[in-house]
Amino acid sequence: MPLQPELALGPETFPDAGEATRHDRPFRLVLAVFTENRLSVLGIFVVLFFVLFCFVGPLFYHTNQIQTNLGIESQSPSLHHVLGTDDVGYDVLGRLMFGGQTTLVVGLVVALLATSFGVIWGAIAGFAGGLVDSVMMRTVDTMLAIPTLFLLLFLASIFTPSEPLLILVIASVAWLVPSRLVRAETLSLRSRQFVEAARAQGAGTPRIIFRHIIPNVFGTVAVNATFQVADAILAVTSLSFLGLGIPPPAANWGGMLSNGVNYVYSGYWWQIWPAGVCIVAVVVAFNFIGDGLRDAVEVRLQKR
Amino acid sequence: MRAYLIRRTLQAIVVLFGVSVLVFILLHLLPGGPAKAVLGLRATKPAIRAFDQRYGLLKPLPVQYLAWVGQLLHGNLGFSYKQNQSVDSLLAEDMPRTLVLVGVATLLALAIAIPGGIYQAARRNKPDDYVLTGMTFLFYSMPSFFLGTILIILLSQALPVLPSTGPTAISPLFDQIPNLVLPILTLTLVNLALFSRYMRSSVLENMVQDYVRTASSKGASRPAILFRHVLPNALLPIITLVGLSLPGILSGALITESLFNYPGMGLLFWNAAQTDDFPVMLGTTIVVGVGVVVGSLLADILYAVFDPRVRYA
Repeated sequence: MPLQPELALGPETFPDAGEATRHDRPFRLVLAVFTENRLSVLGIFVVLFFVLFCFVGPLFYHTNQIQTNLGIESQSPSLHHVLGTDDVGYDVLGRLMFGGQTTLVVGLVVALLATSFGVIWGAIAGFAGGLVDSVMMRTVDTMLAIPTLFLLLFLASIFTPSEPLLILVIASVAWLVPSRLVRAETLSLRSRQFVEAARAQGAGTPRIIFRHIIPNVFGTVAVNATFQVADAILAVTSLSFLGLGIPPPAANWGGMLSNGVNYVYSGYWWQIWPAGVCIVAVVVAFNFIGDGLRDAVEVRLQKR
Repeated sequence: MRAYLIRRTLQAIVVLFGVSVLVFILLHLLPGGPAKAVLGLRATKPAIRAFDQRYGLLKPLPVQYLAWVGQLLHGNLGFSYKQNQSVDSLLAEDMPRTLVLVGVATLLALAIAIPGGIYQAARRNKPDDYVLTGMTFLFYSMPSFFLGTILIILLSQALPVLPSTGPTAISPLFDQIPNLVLPILTLTLVNLALFSRYMRSSVLENMVQDYVRTASSKGASRPAILFRHVLPNALLPIITLVGLSLPGILSGALITESLFNYPGMGLLFWNAAQTDDFPVMLGTTIVVGVGVVVGSLLADILYAVFDPRVRYA
């Protein structure tokens, strides 16, 4: 296994300065360490399975997920309805596919939005330093001081929930952690030689932040983004339980699960377990992937 | 030490100011403006004008803010028109119950996570470590209300030993111990998931330090190294961890209280969110925010007291 990154990578590389470059061989190292962790590889397969299940599954398993059918409400699993029907007559298996689409999309888009914003915020604060940094980071501290669910519940009760709005609301809380991580790394990066070199060549602050600092925090950010997906899925789920999820006929696993919880005393297990298991499986999978990535990125940093 | 404490306290004060500004912004984001939000959508124009006049809402924003903070500093968190009771008195009833839930669940979680983390680190990458790590991951990845529901299914349906609802607000908490068990157990498991991943890696991190090698080359036995040298060092960051986890623990309490109908601040907030009882929501948010800021300040001070490296840095 090539543990030592090669030194002569090209004219733009200054290995001593420790800057990541586009010809980044260590990427292979990351991949090697990552695939060593069997749980992370399992995580990748679980996520792939659910993507196929939710987006390709409905092509083969046709169900009506628009109109309710009270004539067949809460039927137990049968040949017609493999996982039974829910309290308004939707087929549960079909609804898992349909609701999974929303859950996965919300998770991924929140992670993307929150991470991008957090990275920019953190990099600017860390690079600027001084008063700007203080003001920006105290803003983050302030928002972190109010527990996420309280803030989310507040925002969700002010704005009527819809899918895009829900994404914005969750992202508006989720960017705080990546911004802190990136700021901390930027603080150590900004005094490195490659930043000095870039400045000596006449690069302006925006160029240094976007072309030199941000690519170098990529490892940390990728790890965090993976955990963000898991957290965002849990956040939608919790909001659905608190009654502020996406209103029907749209569906998501969290909504299905919290609806099913109402029937815990009726013994309708098929309205609780399938959605619950899907959520836990996907969240565990993303956490495994994040863990594997973290180990891989840490090794890269140590070997550099 | 003193310089650190002063700096850290000033920082907390700035964040408290931030929390008040944030809640003030939320107040103004409310649908139809504060007056309508507080008085209800059917409020008459004269009533709204009287309200605006009384609370100085026609004045410029900074003046409004100062007046509002002045009220807060006098301990006046507002009045719930929906429940016809002051927010202070509502919180005074519910806060102690949340403190019991959160306090007991956090202590129990620590009591399990600390020995658990040492055990896992000592048995690193053995089958039992994998099983425990897997369980931690599972609890960590489970929506807390799902975890609570599973406990209800197991402990009050399959084995009907515990009531599935939390205590009532009418009689004192400690007369209703059986009703306390499931909510506390749920929140304990949620907190345990937060703590034990950290505890294991904290012990592992310390086990590769130079001082461990020194101790072992001087002939100290493995248990002696683990308990005399590694444990105190691994335990210290737990103080910070609890401080940092406060918001997460309170979010967990919100869900737990809603699931079990446990009459605490979380349930109060949730009910308020459903009935658009904004004064209660704002008041609770302020109290929770202040609690988190003060809690993490205390954690940092404690940490500095115990760890000389922070004191002299």
